[in-house]
Amino acid sequence: MSVLELRDVHLTYRTAAGPVPAVRGVDLTVDAGQVVGLAGESGCGKSSLISTVLRLQPKSATVAGQVLVGGKDVQTLSWSALRAVRWGEAAVVFQGALHSLNPIQRIGAQLVEPILVHDREATPRTAGARVGELLSQVGLPARYADQYPHQLSGGQKQRVMIALALTCDPQVLLADEPTTALDVMVQAQVLELLTGVAAERGMGVLIISHDLSVLATTCHKVAVMYAGRVVEEGPAREVFEHPRHPYVRALARAFPTIGDTTSRYAPAGLPGDPPFPDHLPSGCPFHPRCPEAVAQCPSVDVRLWPAGPGRAAACVHVDGAEVHGAGLR
Amino acid sequence: MAVTSPVATELSDDSTPGGGSGGLGRFIGLRLLSGLGTLLFVLLFNFFLFRLLPGDPAARYRAVKNISAQDLARIRDELNAPVMEQFWAYLRDPLALQGISAWKGQPVWDLVGGRAWPTLVLLGTSTLLATLIGIRVGIRAGWRRGGSFDKVSTGVTLLFYATPEFWLGLLLILTFSSGIGPFPSLFPSGGVIDSGIEPLSMAGVVSVAEHTVLPAVALAAVYLAEYSLIMRASIVDELSQEYLTTARAKGLMDHVVRRRHAVPNASLPTITLIFLNIGFIIGGAITVETVFSYPGLGLLTFEAITEQDFVLMQALFLVFTVSVIVCNILADVAVAVLDPRIRT
Repeated sequence: MSVLELRDVHLTYRTAAGPVPAVRGVDLTVDAGQVVGLAGESGCGKSSLISTVLRLQPKSATVAGQVLVGGKDVQTLSWSALRAVRWGEAAVVFQGALHSLNPIQRIGAQLVEPILVHDREATPRTAGARVGELLSQVGLPARYADQYPHQLSGGQKQRVMIALALTCDPQVLLADEPTTALDVMVQAQVLELLTGVAAERGMGVLIISHDLSVLATTCHKVAVMYAGRVVEEGPAREVFEHPRHPYVRALARAFPTIGDTTSRYAPAGLPGDPPFPDHLPSGCPFHPRCPEAVAQCPSVDVRLWPAGPGRAAACVHVDGAEVHGAGLR
Repeated sequence: MAVTSPVATELSDDSTPGGGSGGLGRFIGLRLLSGLGTLLFVLLFNFFLFRLLPGDPAARYRAVKNISAQDLARIRDELNAPVMEQFWAYLRDPLALQGISAWKGQPVWDLVGGRAWPTLVLLGTSTLLATLIGIRVGIRAGWRRGGSFDKVSTGVTLLFYATPEFWLGLLLILTFSSGIGPFPSLFPSGGVIDSGIEPLSMAGVVSVAEHTVLPAVALAAVYLAEYSLIMRASIVDELSQEYLTTARAKGLMDHVVRRRHAVPNASLPTITLIFLNIGFIIGGAITVETVFSYPGLGLLTFEAITEQDFVLMQALFLVFTVSVIVCNILADVAVAVLDPRIRT
């Protein structure tokens, strides 16, 4: 059963200079108990995309398509129904835990708040007890409820954010760059914690990251975005090890493989910058940076098409890659 | 042989982070201490400042009729003494408890005491008005930035902010006190209470209220505008903060997000400003009190300056500086109570 389903989602920002399309038709499903990764460079539209899940996109954005949380389209819900979905059915582990907590409120008060909003039977006492349990579940002493955010380290705050996301037992957990500000050791702990509790409770998890190697080890499925579209998706490990889209190949090569000295000494970068959403190149938006571009790339609009079992990629090479591969390189 | 100490590299996750509420007492103590230091400096400064002023104080005393011969003799001796001797005398009694006003011939602290309560009444009413209205207007304008309420209120408050309070006072006297055109004379101007009425009686309270309305409005308008503009700016600053997105994502209603999360964070600069202003208004209502002939400390200051009564000036200066120092401390303590980051 899919707990989160995005159907042809578009998100466009209205600006003084005209409309800026940040997300241009994304389909994505997360099933109960499934961990899905969403990768891509900064500015590819991944944060804009997940802002639509709780209808937290800025007022200047218009959203088209359907965003279904537990079968309900959050973009068309009434405000009171939307408030029930927020945190009750889908919760977010926000990017940059440093600023995502209210600096002048105790941790405990911030964790108790959503419980009291969503659980009618909860009293401050029972909610407080639940907060204590949640804190120890994420590996923090229960007495941290009396602390203020600035008294905690970055990793501890990220754990608090995870505990916060779990307060109302949601069906979907969205994690927006949950490990960006953390060092490698803490990163691994946080990801393990995140996927562990999700598996235990049968939640669907969507992890957003620019680090494909992190997603490859923690997710069942990944989708890679470029210029507001998914350019490749499939089982996480396969996509990472045998990418079909030239962009994903470049992204995978940017992270050195541990134990492989050649890749460590020569991590391959990708020259150029991602395009501005208001000045997208014609045809395949990746063609100006693509090492494998051919004459037709600037003129054809490539959509995702099947590229092996459970996989799809948006590249003119994919369908005939097995046949013409050598000639094209 | 040295005993190796246990290796300190163990990463302990359960050491309680420091701070908490224990820091508050320490913070207040330190703040009181530094306030005391400032006060000492002010006491020294207060001696020299008024002896640098031009004018002949003894001549002023001679003009006063009801001063006793002994007092006059004592004052003459004091003023004729060398500066260093005067300074020692001052250090023995820095508050000038025995000081006699050169203008009225009464002990200065009696004069100050008699004028303190009207100022406190005026200050209290205007601060209450300015704070209650200004903060609400600022919150509402900032929360819906660019909305119609914001456009109107920001226009009006900017106008008030740019208005000199004594000029506004004159307009109020013309309109509501003298009576102009269709307006009847609604409020009295001049004084704080009609003569012959006991201030603590029912009639006294009514009379004081009638006399206080106009000066309080004149004074409140400017501060209301200031608080509203600062509060609006602070709320706008908070709008983009990520913790507000967290609060919205939790499923809280808009007004709960505003009241519980945005306002407490945004109110810190305004609270500091309110306390600092209270300190200044005690001495700074000079123009408003003068325009309305409102017999408070501000008008007394104006009179002390025109009468060149340096003993009285010295006492008033002390009152003003102490009130600024105390309000500074109160502002710091209030912010520390609200913001745990300050006290750790």
